[in-house]
Amino acid sequence: MAGDRRATMGNIIAQHDIEKVFTADDYSVIGIAGTAGLAVELVRLFQVELEHYEKIEGVSLSLDGKANRLASMLRGQLGLALQGLAVVPLFAGYDTARGLGRIFSYDVTGGRYEEHDFFAVGSGSAFARGSLKKLFRTGSSTEDAVRTALEALYDAADDDSATGGPDVTRGIYPVVGVVDATGARILGDSEVGPMVDQMLVSRRQPRDPAHGGGAS
Amino acid sequence: MSVPFYVSPEQIMRDKADFARKGIARGRSVVVVQYADGIAFIAENPSRALHKISELYDRIGFAAVGKYNEFESLRVAGVRLADMRGYSYDRSDVTGRSLANAYAQTLGTIFTETAKPFEVELVVAEVGASSADDQLYRLMFDGSVSDESGFVAMGGSAERINTALSEAYTEGMSLADAVALASRVLADHGDEQPRSLVPQQLEVAVLDRLKPRRAFVRLDNARLSTILGS
Repeated sequence: MAGDRRATMGNIIAQHDIEKVFTADDYSVIGIAGTAGLAVELVRLFQVELEHYEKIEGVSLSLDGKANRLASMLRGQLGLALQGLAVVPLFAGYDTARGLGRIFSYDVTGGRYEEHDFFAVGSGSAFARGSLKKLFRTGSSTEDAVRTALEALYDAADDDSATGGPDVTRGIYPVVGVVDATGARILGDSEVGPMVDQMLVSRRQPRDPAHGGGAS
Repeated sequence: MSVPFYVSPEQIMRDKADFARKGIARGRSVVVVQYADGIAFIAENPSRALHKISELYDRIGFAAVGKYNEFESLRVAGVRLADMRGYSYDRSDVTGRSLANAYAQTLGTIFTETAKPFEVELVVAEVGASSADDQLYRLMFDGSVSDESGFVAMGGSAERINTALSEAYTEGMSLADAVALASRVLADHGDEQPRSLVPQQLEVAVLDRLKPRRAFVRLDNARLSTILGS
């Protein structure tokens, strides 16, 4: 799961380095789109609830249980969503009982939908999904999957003004979460940075004079 | 109307304390030991499901002896208090001291105001940045708290185990040494035949100072076997 770093307020970029992808617990990650303040709070409460359940019961919730809990938390915010303060999370985790990774998307009414192979949420999600549709390969390695997600974010940022591209001048890269049988973790900039740099190099094209610009 | 017999407050308290002590003495013991990289909890507990040792918060652990339903309700209340406080304020605002205080209040109230006191004894332990910052609080059935260092034993043979530990415990022990020592003193029943505890009879967990956020880790049988085997 990868998320860009841009937060907008109307046509203003409110923050250049917001984080939209988090580990929810040891075996799941959550990404957010929509109203930032409410979304970050939703994640915080969700993380506390998962950990609280695990401590009280001595075992973690099932992946379906976590996904359902998130759905009912969203349903509780329907009133706010109808006033324009919507939150749309994306939830993914490793199902330890079934031994596979699963993705869940949501709508503001608390609808929970299991997705297959890939999904994207947020303002640039249509472009990201188009990119993923072409680049997704079944059974790819973790590294290739991360590269695919980075490409999709780049394509989204290319066409959507509210999605931020990698900010190489400031060294701000997408936040990437990985979850597999060994658990959930957020990759560091030392891992994501070189992959982004390689992607930028591979996407670089010779300048076409027909596009104009620059002194000739 | 019949007049009830007069019983002095001293007598009531003594009776309640005796009752609680007897209840606690029936159970098996738990040992909490500081080692170089954290705090280890070792209990003689054949059950895999009914824990005597548990995680309260990121750096805080809980151990109990006595009546299961009573300490379980205290454990759940502690987890709830810790999670509520951490969510309302910040994770760093949940401390072992505040939890030990809350337990002391609860146990004290129950002891004085109800007919039947709780037959439990607890330890709340918080692992710090160094072993000097570690905190061990021992809570008695009547709400009294003591701040311990090094090691604590609770339960039926607490006194004998504490004596044995004070002879063998050294500061900055390794985890393997600490667990081996604890399982040896837990196994020793004094007059009986010498016995030794196998991993299946032990419940062991640590607060590992070196872990980043949640320090609490249960040691499974495989890990225990390697520790106790060596």
